Amino acid sequence: MKTKKELTCIGCPMGCLVSVELEDGAIGEISGNSCPHGKEYAEKELTYPERTLTSTIPVDGGEIRMVPVKTALDIPKDKIFEAMAQVRKMRLTAPIEAGNTVIKNIAGTGIDIIATRTVNVGVWI
Amino acid sequence: MTDVVIIGAGVIGCAIARELSRYRLDVIVLEKEADVAEGTSKANSGIVHAGYDATPGSLKAKFNARGSAMFPNLVKELEVPYKRNGSLVVSFSEENVPRLEELLENGKQNGIEGLEILHREQALEKCPRLSEKVVAALYAKTAAIVCPYELTLAYAENAFNNGVRFRLNSPVLGINRIENGYKLTLSSGDTLETRIIVNAAGLYADAINNMVSARTLEIIPRKGEYCLFDHAAEELAPLTIFQTPTAMGKGVLVTTTADGNLLVGPTAVDVGGRDETDTSREGLEYVLKTAALSVGTLPERQIITSFAGLRAHLETDDFEIGEAPDAEGFINVAGIESPGLSSAPAIGEWVAELLARKLSAEPNPSFDPIRRGIPKFREMDSEERTLFINKNPSYGRVVCRCETVTEAEIIDAIRRPLGATTLDGIKRRTRAGMGRCQSGFCTTRVLEILERELKIPRETVTKFGKGSELLTGRR
Amino acid sequence: MKEKEDYFMLNKELVIIGAGPAGLAAAVRAHEKGVSDILILERDDAPGGILNQCIHNGFGLHTFKEELTGPEYAGRFIDKVRELGIEIKLNTMVLDISRDKLITAVNPDDGILEIRAGAVILAMGCRERPRGALNIPGSRCAGIFTAGTAQRLVNIDGYMPGKEVVILGSGDIGLIMARRMTLEGAKVKAVVELMPYSTGLKRNIVQCLDDYGIPLLLSHTITKIGGKKRLESVTISEVDESRRPIAGTEQTIDCDTLLLSVGLLPENELSRICGVELSPVTGGAIVNESLQTSVPGVFACGNVLHVHDLVDNVSAESYLAGETAAAFLRGESSGREILIKTSGGVRYTVPAYVSPSHVTQPLEVRFRVGEVYKNSFVSVYFDGQRETHLKKRILTPGEMEQVLLRPAHFKKHSDCKEISIRVEAD
Repeated sequence: MKTKKELTCIGCPMGCLVSVELEDGAIGEISGNSCPHGKEYAEKELTYPERTLTSTIPVDGGEIRMVPVKTALDIPKDKIFEAMAQVRKMRLTAPIEAGNTVIKNIAGTGIDIIATRTVNVGVWI
Repeated sequence: MTDVVIIGAGVIGCAIARELSRYRLDVIVLEKEADVAEGTSKANSGIVHAGYDATPGSLKAKFNARGSAMFPNLVKELEVPYKRNGSLVVSFSEENVPRLEELLENGKQNGIEGLEILHREQALEKCPRLSEKVVAALYAKTAAIVCPYELTLAYAENAFNNGVRFRLNSPVLGINRIENGYKLTLSSGDTLETRIIVNAAGLYADAINNMVSARTLEIIPRKGEYCLFDHAAEELAPLTIFQTPTAMGKGVLVTTTADGNLLVGPTAVDVGGRDETDTSREGLEYVLKTAALSVGTLPERQIITSFAGLRAHLETDDFEIGEAPDAEGFINVAGIESPGLSSAPAIGEWVAELLARKLSAEPNPSFDPIRRGIPKFREMDSEERTLFINKNPSYGRVVCRCETVTEAEIIDAIRRPLGATTLDGIKRRTRAGMGRCQSGFCTTRVLEILERELKIPRETVTKFGKGSELLTGRR
Repeated sequence: MKEKEDYFMLNKELVIIGAGPAGLAAAVRAHEKGVSDILILERDDAPGGILNQCIHNGFGLHTFKEELTGPEYAGRFIDKVRELGIEIKLNTMVLDISRDKLITAVNPDDGILEIRAGAVILAMGCRERPRGALNIPGSRCAGIFTAGTAQRLVNIDGYMPGKEVVILGSGDIGLIMARRMTLEGAKVKAVVELMPYSTGLKRNIVQCLDDYGIPLLLSHTITKIGGKKRLESVTISEVDESRRPIAGTEQTIDCDTLLLSVGLLPENELSRICGVELSPVTGGAIVNESLQTSVPGVFACGNVLHVHDLVDNVSAESYLAGETAAAFLRGESSGREILIKTSGGVRYTVPAYVSPSHVTQPLEVRFRVGEVYKNSFVSVYFDGQRETHLKKRILTPGEMEQVLLRPAHFKKHSDCKEISIRVEAD
């Protein structure tokens, strides 16, 4: 059976409406995307959806109180809450460099959580 | 046993407390909320009425005339924003002009000076933005604007410095007569014994009276809704502009506030509950539409907030001031609606004199009438600013950017007598959060300062007392 | 006692107000164009502006060709500014700018600062519209925050503003906060949008709402705020075509928190003090192709000029401001020759004025439309003659558009008197 699925690409702010033809679940023709990322996104979204997760972790002894973090690469969408549960248990100590790994292999995905801002030693007021 | 317990820390309770502190008396003020000025005193027009509208011979007429005359000296002593801007009552038709003449005549009987009927052109000279509909106006030279919550705070701080004790968060649950006085039971379970009770409980003055006196009172809460505009809108109303009064009150006014915003309102609707300070779509639309009759189009894009206050109305339509007939030492100061703010200084004086006589009180030799406000960075010139920053660098850290309020002012507001413990308390004392962004920027900073200064967890900081916590926990 | 000598007096070639993405990019480019004596004034305690609290990803696809989070995007510019040795004064609030570019500022270390600037770039950003501006009736209880305030509370201060949340307005910050609050354990019950379309980016609807099953209620508004001390509920109603609530459609949603994401306003109080002419449409300065305001030597860029959807556009615009401020300091002047007329759905353009002799490269003219247009065209007319006719599948008020004015257009219309940009059906 042929069906059609429409997706909004989240690859960039353009938000292209991508149409995917499905035949018995198999991906057929993809249209509506303005660039190759759109096609790639649609294929992935229908088979193995992934997202970047961003959050914050409290820091002790830093010039700011919370360090922003992200997954170094996208993680499976269904692992997000498991990953968050792990992130929310963490506490770090300054100094931290942007790009430093702060949690290894988050939620068993093989992907690390990295800091996205440098936190020097200091006192926040 | 305490000499006097005042119930209610609104402008009336605080004015009485301050005037009583001129005498050697032990005075306690009880307030159910977390701060002074949490009821009607924080949400009203902020007008010192000239005194032409009250019925001659009424208490409203008597206290308004005296109160209005006391303001110029009082605001110097207490450092409260005040301006004699004058007022107009406008008439939109020739047929209505006799109503202005009646008001003028009424004013004369009340002993009010500086009243004059202006024809359209004369009125326009004073207020160029009056609408085309205005044909004539009653001008009152002595009408003024005052910051009502700062007046209340100033009275309270001055009373405190002169020895009056304040107990906040202390609703009164019951009052029993005892020999030579009364015993009050507070919600905490504590009891207080006092020779005299002053009932200045505002919207709850009936409940307090009815705990003691068989001659019951009934307060009718009458809601007034307002819209407040940004500073930029203030040139619309260099004077306070009223419309001809109705049975429900003085109608919708347009005024600049003592802090330089434009204010329009209020509505006048009787409501059931004493905490019904919700604003309504109909109310706000009515206020804007009616105000526009006086000054033409209003700059609605510059509205920064709306609010509602409740008037403590009595069916007699007059103040109820004096000892209850069946309860010696129980003094009612009830039904204080407009012109209550204008009358507050005179009511304070009168009640204090009454009690001093009653208790044969001696003057308080160390009474100091002067209260210093928080030095306002935004009102200083560069030289003064430099001096203040040299003494205290936190005058150099601007926390509220709309109203240019510095960290030093916020700390002062917390540390001074009866200091702020809530976000709204900071706002009323410093104006931090009063501006066009309505605390979007400074809330997080003020929370931090309150946490630090009060040494309490940030999650327990409230907007206006227990139950109004701003945060639900650590992330 | 007069201590006039205590004033901190400075002379600077270029003063930039704001160390957010706009100010930082302008500083970098001005420096590259030969201006070395630059001072950036920042009121917060760190450079980076609002990006510091925008911890989510999605920034920098244009500027850096990769997807960065807000702090990473800001970090790139902060590193560059530090590398170039450009001075930033933090915790410094500008109090006054005079027409002749004398700036008065204050901070705890220097006290009152007076700075005479050769040129000024205004890069103060924008602020959120508060509840009062909407006049939503109801109580004034705790629990009502703008989305940006909530974002700061969660991401910078580390506190949760609530547990059960309704969001009014589908602006991007609101959408981002819907996801953020959900990830932190809050229940986001609905996003309520007055308009029949979302004002945020489509990708954010997908990845912030759809991913978490958060309903987006279009053509709805909040008609009542309930709760005495802390928020207890909001009442929402459907609205008709003129955006008035429809009686009988009320629904009450229990919640302890209401976040407002109902628009951003350029923060132009200082510009007004300086005498800069402002547009009633954008709330930002009216500028020419050099992004110079009506006050010579005073430039504006970023969200203080007009609210952008994408920081990449802010950076591009701010690079231009850095460049043109540098040119001004070299003695090149720019004027206001041709007004770009807007009609047929185009609400405003930035720039609003063009001097043909200054258009040596294609000039990006950014604009927004007033309503949703499907399958229509954006046209540019030079003296009534159509030179550009771009097919657009969809134009919405939520997304900024741009067209290019090319040097060739000006060559062809050498004595052009009028340029107009409009949306056309065909």
